[in-house]
Amino acid sequence: MKNHKTLSCDIAIVGAGPAGLAAARAASVSQRSIAVIDDNPLPGGQIWRDGPQVSQLAMAKDYRRVLSLPTVRYLPGTRIVASLAAGALLLEDAQTSYRLDYEQLILCCGAQELLLPFPGWTLPGVTGAGALQALIKSGASVAGERVLIAGSGPLLLASAATARAAGALVSGVYEQTDRYQLINFGVGLLRWPGKLAQAFKLFSTRYRWRSHVIEAMGDRRLEAVRIRQGDAEAVIACDRLACGFGLVPNTVLAQHLGCSLEDNAVAVDRYQQTSQTGIYAAGECTGVGGSELALVEGEVAGLAATGKVEQAQALFTHRAYWQRFARHVKEHFGLRPEIRRLARVDTLICRCEDVALSVLAEEQGWNAAKLQSRCGMGACQGRICGSIARELFGWSLPEPRVPLVPARIETLMACSEKDMS
Amino acid sequence: MSLQARTAAADVVIVGAGIMGAMCAYELASRGLSILVIDNGTGGATGAGMGHLVVMDDNPAELALSRYSIALWNTLRKRLPEACAYRNCGTLWLAANDEECGLAEAKQARLVEYGAQSEWISASALRQLEPMLRPDLAGALKVFDDGILYAPATARWLLHQQDGRITVQEGDVTRVEGNRLCLSEGGWLTAPAILLANGLGAFRLLPDVPLRPKKGHLLITDRYPACINHQLVELGYAASAHADDGTSVAFNVQPRPTGQLLIGSSRQFDTLDKRVEFDVLGRMLMRAQDYLPGLGELNAIRGWTGFRVATPDGLPLLGQHPDQPGLWLALGHEGLGVTTASGSARLIAAQLLGEAPPFDPAPFRTERFVGVASHTPGAAA
Ligand SMILES: Cc1cc2nc3c(=O)[nH]c(=O)nc-3n(C[C@H](O)[C@H](O)[C@H](O)COP(=O)(O)OP(=O)(O)OC[C@H]3O[C@@H](n4cnc5c(N)ncnc54)[C@H](O)[C@@H]3O)c2cc1C
Ligand SMILES: Cc1cc2nc3c(=O)[nH]c(=O)nc-3n(C[C@H](O)[C@H](O)[C@H](O)COP(=O)(O)OP(=O)(O)OC[C@H]3O[C@@H](n4cnc5c(N)ncnc54)[C@H](O)[C@@H]3O)c2cc1C
Repeated sequence: MKNHKTLSCDIAIVGAGPAGLAAARAASVSQRSIAVIDDNPLPGGQIWRDGPQVSQLAMAKDYRRVLSLPTVRYLPGTRIVASLAAGALLLEDAQTSYRLDYEQLILCCGAQELLLPFPGWTLPGVTGAGALQALIKSGASVAGERVLIAGSGPLLLASAATARAAGALVSGVYEQTDRYQLINFGVGLLRWPGKLAQAFKLFSTRYRWRSHVIEAMGDRRLEAVRIRQGDAEAVIACDRLACGFGLVPNTVLAQHLGCSLEDNAVAVDRYQQTSQTGIYAAGECTGVGGSELALVEGEVAGLAATGKVEQAQALFTHRAYWQRFARHVKEHFGLRPEIRRLARVDTLICRCEDVALSVLAEEQGWNAAKLQSRCGMGACQGRICGSIARELFGWSLPEPRVPLVPARIETLMACSEKDMS
Repeated sequence: MSLQARTAAADVVIVGAGIMGAMCAYELASRGLSILVIDNGTGGATGAGMGHLVVMDDNPAELALSRYSIALWNTLRKRLPEACAYRNCGTLWLAANDEECGLAEAKQARLVEYGAQSEWISASALRQLEPMLRPDLAGALKVFDDGILYAPATARWLLHQQDGRITVQEGDVTRVEGNRLCLSEGGWLTAPAILLANGLGAFRLLPDVPLRPKKGHLLITDRYPACINHQLVELGYAASAHADDGTSVAFNVQPRPTGQLLIGSSRQFDTLDKRVEFDVLGRMLMRAQDYLPGLGELNAIRGWTGFRVATPDGLPLLGQHPDQPGLWLALGHEGLGVTTASGSARLIAAQLLGEAPPFDPAPFRTERFVGVASHTPGAAA
């Protein structure tokens, strides 16, 4: 096959966000050969996402240096297509496919936004809250646009700050959780002073609690949003709506590799090892907890994978500190039941295959729904509608299918016996 | 007429709600019988297969059954809702060289005998019809009545017809004895007739029946509208499909109504491992690229496997169990069970109700491989 290569390394790390970079840095001390694979063209993951409109923190720059070490091979813009066998992954980038042989694997796949359907959520102009940030960082202009931010969780404030800094007019930030929870959350932050300071910096007078989107309206594009705030409703004209209901761990690759899940996240032991020997996981794929937790988990995984057990153990207390923070966030931003009932019978749940709520509501579970309605059979492989169905109907996540992401047929051909040997 | 005894669950209890069980329920209920269909929800070949409705002519029995079945589908197709995604796209049997042109000619002659319309497409006409194919093919035989169908939706639709005479129940059947069956929860059910249409699940209930799984891989692409227009199959397909052992691949590609390409096919014996095997998938795709040179550039979005259930002679078992009165079998449809569901169901109904069979039932007799007699040397067909 003309564009096929075979690579090998001691330690393969998937993801170049905080967790992946910290894991690479910790493992690189042992002079083992490392490969870092990330599907983004630039390093940094979600929080340190690089792009034309970004000036990076010193810490992010510092962590990124590991990628230029001679023992580290960095594969940006590279997708994982499948696991070929134990210790071998099939990858592809824009030109080439690779077979990557590894001894140990560290999964640092991060999280994705939880999008929940409401009437109009598929209109152009409506995105996730984190997705709006990503858009802005990658160069989209929002200057002068009226932006509304809604959903749940601390990400809303970060998203509003990014939008404001890019010149958008943020007309409101609508958080579904109630005032009591928010006050408790704020008071609790005293235990993590750095986070409290961050919250103060990001806080805005346009922050509203116990409020959520009811409907996005517009003809071909978003024109206005109907909001419920407490017991009142209002229609607010705007150009963009950024709406996300928190984050869900990315577990697809881990599931494909046979790793067990717990609470919808990759299950790991104290050394960040998954249920599969030699496969570690760190960062938000093991549970949503912010970049500080991702960094320390990544470091533990990198050390454990290179046999530095004591050094890993020395980090356990620090990790526990940030694990408590993760629990604190989770406890105060739980979704109120009405958030799961925003969609109407004709609201689309699966955008790839145009499947409406009424069609899915008749099915017993994911497998029947998929077979009968084609839900989740599109190019996104059920990544979005699978999480939605879990929230709305309590169905378990779809079993990942190969290729894990859309892949060139040529890449899949490269695996036939003839060529592999 | 009603066969229903006072304690019976229904006139006929069918195990399996795949295309075969659904079609048998539809056919029997159309004659006024009450039908109970039991399925354990594991699913089978109906959800995994390609759904190509195709006349196959490797032997006269297969040709009679598949030709009759296609004719039945053609009367049914006008009633199928859009979810069943029926399309009368026809099949192009591709000839790569002179030798295969000869195969096409012989095939056409056999099809004519059974009333299946076909037409020879010259090399230049083929290039116009299917520009994505490699240009040096010798031509193709177009079979007009063939089509495609989304089998899972069709099975469900069939089970909702016939004015409520069909009931579907979730349940796992753990044993069958004549006209009784045992459910994992809820004890025994009795009916005048019990029909096993549970595909691969029959291995567990009738371990003596010589059925073999044949694993197949399929792959579907992203949407590329107006790519190909017919189901495309290489003329060497039959040879590959009926190879007795080893792993084989053949070119078989279907245009989905969504604009996606569904790519087959592979055959492997005696494995029940559901995982996609990359060496087999790779070989299958190389074969496909041999016919569609631009294929490598397209994006694949999903691959999967399924199991065909094969009898030793490749023909299904259709009829009553020779040693267990009241137990009926509709098993072993290999890679053709969506096509032949209609004809098989009609034959089962005819036998069950003592009507004249629609075609010669002898090649499908269960006695070939089932029952005490079939195990004595020299007894099997
Ligand atoms: C949309 C979004 C926006 C966010 N914005 C903020 C913010 O502004 N401020 C904040 O404090 N926190 C933010 N967060 C939370 C942030 O993700 C975490 O705090 C932190 O980045 C987690 O680090 P991580 O290394 O675990 O994962 P990530 O930073 O998410 O890194 C994971 C990386 O792995 C790559 N990857 C995943 N799977 C594969 C695969 N199969 N093949 C190849 N590559 C793969 C991803 O593309 C990504 O680059 C955001 C999260 C999301 C989802
Ligand atoms: C890769 C592949 C490609 C194919 N392509 C084509 C094609 O193009 N054209 C064509 O005509 N045919 C094709 N076939 C063949 C066709 O799909 C099958 O012959 C057909 O679907 C068989 O249907 P069935 O109803 O007999 O069995 P199944 O679909 O397997 O149904 C059996 C049902 O029984 C249930 N069950 C099993 N055991 C029990 C139990 N103990 N208790 C209760 N319920 C039980 C299962 O849940 C299942 O729903 C293909 C098959 C494969 C694998």
